[in-house]
Amino acid sequence: MLTRRVLPLPGLSSVKISPRRNLGDVVFKYTTLTFAVIVLLLVVLMAYEMYVESKPSLAKFGWDFFTSSTWDPVREEYGALPFIFGTMMSSLLALLIALPLSLGIAIFLSEMAPHWLERALSFLVELLAGIPSIVYGLWGIFVLVPWIRTSVEPLLSTHLGFLPLFRGAPYGFGMLAAGFILSIMILPIISSISRDVLKAVPQGQREASLAIGATKWESIRIILKDAKSGILGATLLGLGRAIGETMAVTMVIGNRPTISLSLFDPGYTMASVLANEFTEATTSMYVSALVEIALLLFVITIIVNILARFLVWSVTKKS
Amino acid sequence: MQPETIRHTELTTSPSLADGFAPNGIKMSTTNLNAFFGELQALYDVNMEIASNRVLAIIGPSGCGKSTFLRCLNRMHEVAGGTMTGSVLLDGHDIHETDAVLVRKRVGMVFQKPNPFPTMSIFGNVAIGLRLNKGTPRNQIAELVEQSLKQAALWDEVKDSLDKSGVSLSGGQQQRLCIARTLAVNPEVILMDEPASALDPIATAKIEELIYDLKKDYTIVIVTHNMQQAARVSDHTAFFYLGRLIEFDETKKLFTNPAKKQTEEYITGRFG
Repeated sequence: MLTRRVLPLPGLSSVKISPRRNLGDVVFKYTTLTFAVIVLLLVVLMAYEMYVESKPSLAKFGWDFFTSSTWDPVREEYGALPFIFGTMMSSLLALLIALPLSLGIAIFLSEMAPHWLERALSFLVELLAGIPSIVYGLWGIFVLVPWIRTSVEPLLSTHLGFLPLFRGAPYGFGMLAAGFILSIMILPIISSISRDVLKAVPQGQREASLAIGATKWESIRIILKDAKSGILGATLLGLGRAIGETMAVTMVIGNRPTISLSLFDPGYTMASVLANEFTEATTSMYVSALVEIALLLFVITIIVNILARFLVWSVTKKS
Repeated sequence: MQPETIRHTELTTSPSLADGFAPNGIKMSTTNLNAFFGELQALYDVNMEIASNRVLAIIGPSGCGKSTFLRCLNRMHEVAGGTMTGSVLLDGHDIHETDAVLVRKRVGMVFQKPNPFPTMSIFGNVAIGLRLNKGTPRNQIAELVEQSLKQAALWDEVKDSLDKSGVSLSGGQQQRLCIARTLAVNPEVILMDEPASALDPIATAKIEELIYDLKKDYTIVIVTHNMQQAARVSDHTAFFYLGRLIEFDETKKLFTNPAKKQTEEYITGRFG
């Protein structure tokens, strides 16, 4: 019985096995590879195009472009500082509001909620990410801004008015509104990725901490320590989203290129100025200056996203 | 109606177990313990007494409920979403009438897979329990960490690298680090869930030696797949099958002269 099994099957030796693989598979492999390479090529091409377009502005203003706060299309003087400031300020404000909320959501979803509630809540949180940004913008104009003007800003200026952050007239439109609306928009990404990162911490770590008499709270603190870099990554992804967000911010930030410490004052972001002004950019230097802003935005978001993905990956790859 | 309940009453009244079964008294006991995962029942009416300063080995084929039984003893079963009925007593008090955190401080646990905290140093891994239990003064922590590492027979190997990450150690060292972490909290009972199954023979021998040394200070319950290990380290052995306690006796007696046919078949390797 045993010997018969090791004998070659009759006829098998006569089949010629071709060293070449199936032609269809080879074609398929290279076709899909081409598509994948196109994505990479597109990114490189975009960066190159923007670089070429922004050359006149780069040559004329040099480093002053990033430090000057004059934005005067009439005199052809362009400095991007107010937009860089506006983007940073609104994004950081958004992070400040969204991060504690998102962490709370993520911890509840991964550590506390029963399975059915986690599924339902996760779905709702991720649904927030799917709402078009113009809808957020409209809601911002008709609900958020009036509320900020009549309730939030008067309250802040009476109680915290001694801080430079909360001075000035309550317009409603301004940095505070932009920060608020951005925080809602980045909440889904930070909370859902933080939840994934927390869930990637092995169950053994939870049990180990509970087994030495840790309370739920202490156990969660140990888990958070494990997930630290992944949560930082999730935060950076949120930051990347906030930096690039255009429509909703443009609708509520007030669009004035000033640098003011007060959150009540209007501001301008890099993305907003591009959206608002590219149609009016009549001279080639104007266009070049706008493209340089676009290039800067492009580089910043790519760096932030790469860093973020790397951090998230460094935590989740282990599970 | 349940044969194992009858068996249990037999054995607690049997003279062979009565003398010398628990010279230091009964540390823990379970009465009509039933454990569930949702609809699925994992344990059926388990009645058992665990003697102080003795090593109890729990054996049985995979899925027989031995790990579930262990996890019922320090309320870890509920962490995995399980439920139970019946009672588990620790020094005569029902563990479900105390805070689970307090129960787990008194009934420590070592897991199958070594699970030191990766973000903490060797020192930090042992000290964490002391730091959580606020009561320990800062200046005593170092001393207690050293003492625990010595008890876990790891001190000589790590005393010069206490700042290194806990996960930089070998598997066997990691498991002894986890034992030191458990000891640092100063529990009364230590539960071990197949503590050597992921280790090589030399590391396994070290853990077994350790268990033998620890029983003068602690009550130990060890779940094991390895029957030689159960025979080597334990004073009493319980055989579980399909969620029921089939036989519970002194280790020597259970392995040489089992009362139940199923036990005999399992320990002679006819199934499982």
